[in-house]
Amino acid sequence: MNASSIIFIFVSLLAGPILPGLINKTKALFGGRQGPRVLQLYYDIFKLARKTPTYSETASALTRIAPVVIALSSITALTLVPSFFNDSVIHFTGDIILMAYLLGLGRFFMVTAALDRGSAFEGMGASREVLYSALAEPSFFAGLLIMIYETNSLELSEIFSKLSLNFWQENPAILFLILCSWFVILLVENARIPIDDPNTHLELTMIHEVMILDYSAKDLALIEYASALKLWIYSALIVGMLINGEIITNMALQIAIFTLGMAIVAFVIGTIESITARIKLVFIPKFIVGSGALAIIALILKVAGN
Amino acid sequence: MNSIATLLALSCLFLLGSSRLMLAINMIAFQGFLIGILPLVSGHGFSFEVIILAATGIIMKSIALPQMLKKALEKSGTKREVEPYISFGASILSGIILLFISGWIASRLTQDETIVSSSLIAGFFLLFTGLFTIITRKKALTQALGFLVLENGVYTAGLSLGSEFSFMVELGILLDVFVGIFLMGIMLFHIDKEFDHIDTDRFDALSDLELLNGNILNLDQDTDEEEGAE
Repeated sequence: MNASSIIFIFVSLLAGPILPGLINKTKALFGGRQGPRVLQLYYDIFKLARKTPTYSETASALTRIAPVVIALSSITALTLVPSFFNDSVIHFTGDIILMAYLLGLGRFFMVTAALDRGSAFEGMGASREVLYSALAEPSFFAGLLIMIYETNSLELSEIFSKLSLNFWQENPAILFLILCSWFVILLVENARIPIDDPNTHLELTMIHEVMILDYSAKDLALIEYASALKLWIYSALIVGMLINGEIITNMALQIAIFTLGMAIVAFVIGTIESITARIKLVFIPKFIVGSGALAIIALILKVAGN
Repeated sequence: MNSIATLLALSCLFLLGSSRLMLAINMIAFQGFLIGILPLVSGHGFSFEVIILAATGIIMKSIALPQMLKKALEKSGTKREVEPYISFGASILSGIILLFISGWIASRLTQDETIVSSSLIAGFFLLFTGLFTIITRKKALTQALGFLVLENGVYTAGLSLGSEFSFMVELGILLDVFVGIFLMGIMLFHIDKEFDHIDTDRFDALSDLELLNGNILNLDQDTDEEEGAE
């Protein structure tokens, strides 16, 4: 643990809600609109945080606890992810598993709280969320396994610092495959188009939005913040995988390149959201499994090809 | 070399997972191109023979054969493979298992340093995918595609085994494949003209007994119009 990584974690915590703003700005750009401000999510969160939440009569204590757990699990997971090409605040052997399942814990609470309120629609969203994330998990780990195999390390910070340019030059197609499958995971986990539409409020097709329908005020603010952090975590993983920050010695340059990388990820997500339609609900599992197949192909070729 | 192997495996996965025949043919063309440039990058140098082999490979496998298949496709009026014996999702999963098996076989074989294992894996995978396609798909056209993939697999595996590769034999095989697909194209056309479809699954219903029983009606319904899986 060093000083700079502590500073960077605070920067990440503060900067998290910018990403959804950037995505919305990109979408507005494609649509020829002015669009909401980039910092809109901050305004929303502050506005919501000032209000008093209301709860449904059927809701138990679980509904009240869930937003806090979701937010805390995202924040804790963020401390395990290296950002700005720096070691993460906390790092130890196997932290990668903890990170993946901390996000899983958040999802578990999100889903059980959705079921807790006894709404038929929320249960539907919960069931979808669980299905899709269960399908996305193997491809996330298949991608990770390749990097673990290459760097011979189980520590996220170490994996990212050891990934050298040589590895990717040796077989650029593997990089491409992991990138594709991880990007799909990013879209799945963060409820973006073409899996889920963050703007839709049509009961039959919502996934993420339906689960938070009953939340209001402070609780909603926590959940929105946690989702933004989750997006930050996955984007940081992709940027960290693509660019080896160790080569860049200048810290200012590291910060600049990382920031640029995150902005590019947000721009790509925005572009995808602008130019594609949602996949039909029944085809989503096939889409996710297909992207997982890419990661598994890369894994087999990597391991057996050496 | 590694990238080519990965792309080959990827194109196989597309073949297994897609119901659109046009996409499948385009994938075959792409595969043909990759196979064509394989001799150039497999460390045999740039001798005259290697260049001729690469050039004929690319021309035949990525231009001539796909064009012929596309023509056959247009004539048959079919657009997609409907209801294969194993669904497209399950095919992709089977593809992954086949890739595992190919990886296992290749790892058993690669005791020798001269063998390039990633392309050997790709070779075996192409071979298995080809067989799988021939077995599980109903349309004669898709089966012809499977045959092509199979041949690509044999070629890739042969190249990656690194031994003194014989230029004449490879060219001879290429010619054989060309003639084979050519004949298949003609036959497809005739089958289509006779029976209004190229679904091999329905051939076994064609007997005098069935005709007498009035089952001929089943043959007349063209199921190609049905919306199949994407």
